[in-house]
Amino acid sequence: MLVIARRLFFYLVTAAVAISLDFLIPRLIPGNPVDAILAKMQGVTITPAIIHALDLQFGVNTSSSLWGQYTHFWSNVMHGNFGVSSANGFEPVSSVIRQALPYTLGLVGVATLISFLLGTVIGAIVAWKRGSWLDNLLPVVTFFQAAPYFFLAFLAIDLFSVLLGWFPPSRAAGATDFPAFTWTYLSDVLDHSVLPAVTIVVASAAGWIVGMRNVMLTTMDEDYVLLAAAKGLRKSRVIWYAARNAILPSVSGFALAIGFIVSGALLTEIVFSYPGLGSLLLQAVSNNDYELMQGLFLIITFAVLAANLIADFVYVFLDPRTRQEA
Amino acid sequence: MAASISTDQVTGGGPVPGSALSPRTTPRRQRALQLPRSPKIIAGLALLAVFVLLSLIGPLVAPYSPDQIFTNSPVPLPPSSAHWLGTTNLQQDVFSQVLVGGGDMLLVSLIAGVIATALSVVIGVTAGYLGGLADDLLSMLANIFLVMPALPLLVILFGFLGKTGSNDLFLIGLIISATGWAWGARVLRAQTLSLRNRDYVDSARIVGERRSRIIFAEILPNLTPIVASSFLFTVLYAVGTYTAMAFLGLVNPNWNWGGMLFYAQGANAELTGYWWWYIPPGLAVALLGTSLVLLNFGIDEFVNPRLRAAGLSRRSGRRRQARAMRSQQFAMTPVVRMVQAQGATPGAPAASTRVTTPGTTEGGQA
Repeated sequence: MLVIARRLFFYLVTAAVAISLDFLIPRLIPGNPVDAILAKMQGVTITPAIIHALDLQFGVNTSSSLWGQYTHFWSNVMHGNFGVSSANGFEPVSSVIRQALPYTLGLVGVATLISFLLGTVIGAIVAWKRGSWLDNLLPVVTFFQAAPYFFLAFLAIDLFSVLLGWFPPSRAAGATDFPAFTWTYLSDVLDHSVLPAVTIVVASAAGWIVGMRNVMLTTMDEDYVLLAAAKGLRKSRVIWYAARNAILPSVSGFALAIGFIVSGALLTEIVFSYPGLGSLLLQAVSNNDYELMQGLFLIITFAVLAANLIADFVYVFLDPRTRQEA
Repeated sequence: MAASISTDQVTGGGPVPGSALSPRTTPRRQRALQLPRSPKIIAGLALLAVFVLLSLIGPLVAPYSPDQIFTNSPVPLPPSSAHWLGTTNLQQDVFSQVLVGGGDMLLVSLIAGVIATALSVVIGVTAGYLGGLADDLLSMLANIFLVMPALPLLVILFGFLGKTGSNDLFLIGLIISATGWAWGARVLRAQTLSLRNRDYVDSARIVGERRSRIIFAEILPNLTPIVASSFLFTVLYAVGTYTAMAFLGLVNPNWNWGGMLFYAQGANAELTGYWWWYIPPGLAVALLGTSLVLLNFGIDEFVNPRLRAAGLSRRSGRRRQARAMRSQQFAMTPVVRMVQAQGATPGAPAASTRVTTPGTTEGGQA
């Protein structure tokens, strides 16, 4: 478990760096965010209390030292206090995010899992059938890998919702629905999530396919694979022997991939007007809602770190050598 | 790009087949031609050339100014002889916008690619060569930047920069490179680590060469394929990121392809079937990205011959592979110290990390 402890330490350091960046960026970049926010506020009565709160948040016009502000920031983050969202009627950022988080976690989590499994299986098959027509899949995959997620989302909406009318083009549920644990509501949510999820899967599976194929090609040359084939084992069994070794780098490469996928998925949400973190991000950008931006950065970073920790557990489970080391 | 790769491509994977035994029978030039012959490289280079040309002469050949407004219709007009790719909701010419939109994109990506690659070489090679505490700290820095999701971080950076930052192409490139150097640094560190203990570097050290000479004359030239690969990867990353930032409205959308998608999304082009508005810019970004990924595949296959399978019949593929296997046995130096998560990344250039470690892909992790 030494490995996990080391990784955990690393993630804690990363989280600390993220929190520090979140604190430093508004203070290092020239310009006054408080003025920008106040300029954006129309139709809201600006009380001195609001100005004072904003000043404190961004370290403008305060007498406390940078270090004092920093420790205060930390204590706020530890208490789940990310400030108030000016784009949402000064609701606390944490509660704004809490409303959107389940949608993103559900959509992106499930889509990433499907994409990983699908991509790995396809990658293994493409490698196994090296030199066959399946190699022609690679240029297609390349295209999907290079295309922006949100462009694919445009295409998906135009094709499957406007032209064919198979799936609803936007939002997470019908307008007349009320959130409840009823079959109609849940199936409606499912119906609305198909298109965004498929977009994310199609866009992100390419990376797993290529990664798995490349490692699998190397693994297939190992002696134990040759031996397995020579012993006359069933082909599926031989592929399984090679694949379960080839999958290790894919799992450990999860860290790099999940950041990309989350970024792409957030942009996909925007195109689908899906009420998750991506739409909040767009809202924050178009309203100069800095506190919401900062809160989103921290929450998304924490979520990505948690996903990485899970991937590490899976890795330790898959690879006995990491367990022996401890 | 191709020239710089082809002169030194060999070195990443080890000696040329046969060269260790009979250097004269395999002239270097013959090998140098091998890279451009790969269909992936040719396709990638051709596509990339089209885009470079487009960005250079695009503004000159554009039929209209991208801002020019043609009145007389409340909705975007489909392609016609006057407007080859139709018009936007403001009655601007889509074709002209596409032609003009590539310049900034390529410039920003190039700036970001150059800065990030320089950063990753400095940090990666330093970490790999020095080892010890410096290595631990630099690797940790790289890993932190690798794990942190880039998009929300960039949103804060560009958000607080506001309007001042959204027009400055160099600043945009610089910020993108700040979030894009870590992957290259990690790969370069791993490869430097493996090169550091090879015989020729050891002998240079024993002879008493200065450290700077060992790094610049002995190690760096042998990292060329990986540097090239990480440069392409960063440029690809910058293309995607710049598009995303413009799509979010964080950088000036007039005129780049991400900005066109920003306006198209704002006018619900995908819901109303104005395909001529959003497909051209999206396709342009996708094809530009495809050309970079293809080039990267080509370099990967060059560096790791086992990946060279596409386009070959099964039998000749096997034969070639067997030959490659035999030749590789001379070159293998296992990477001893690999970081835990070193293995493959699911991105295109993943394979290059494993080049020198086919036998130790798994063993290196322990």
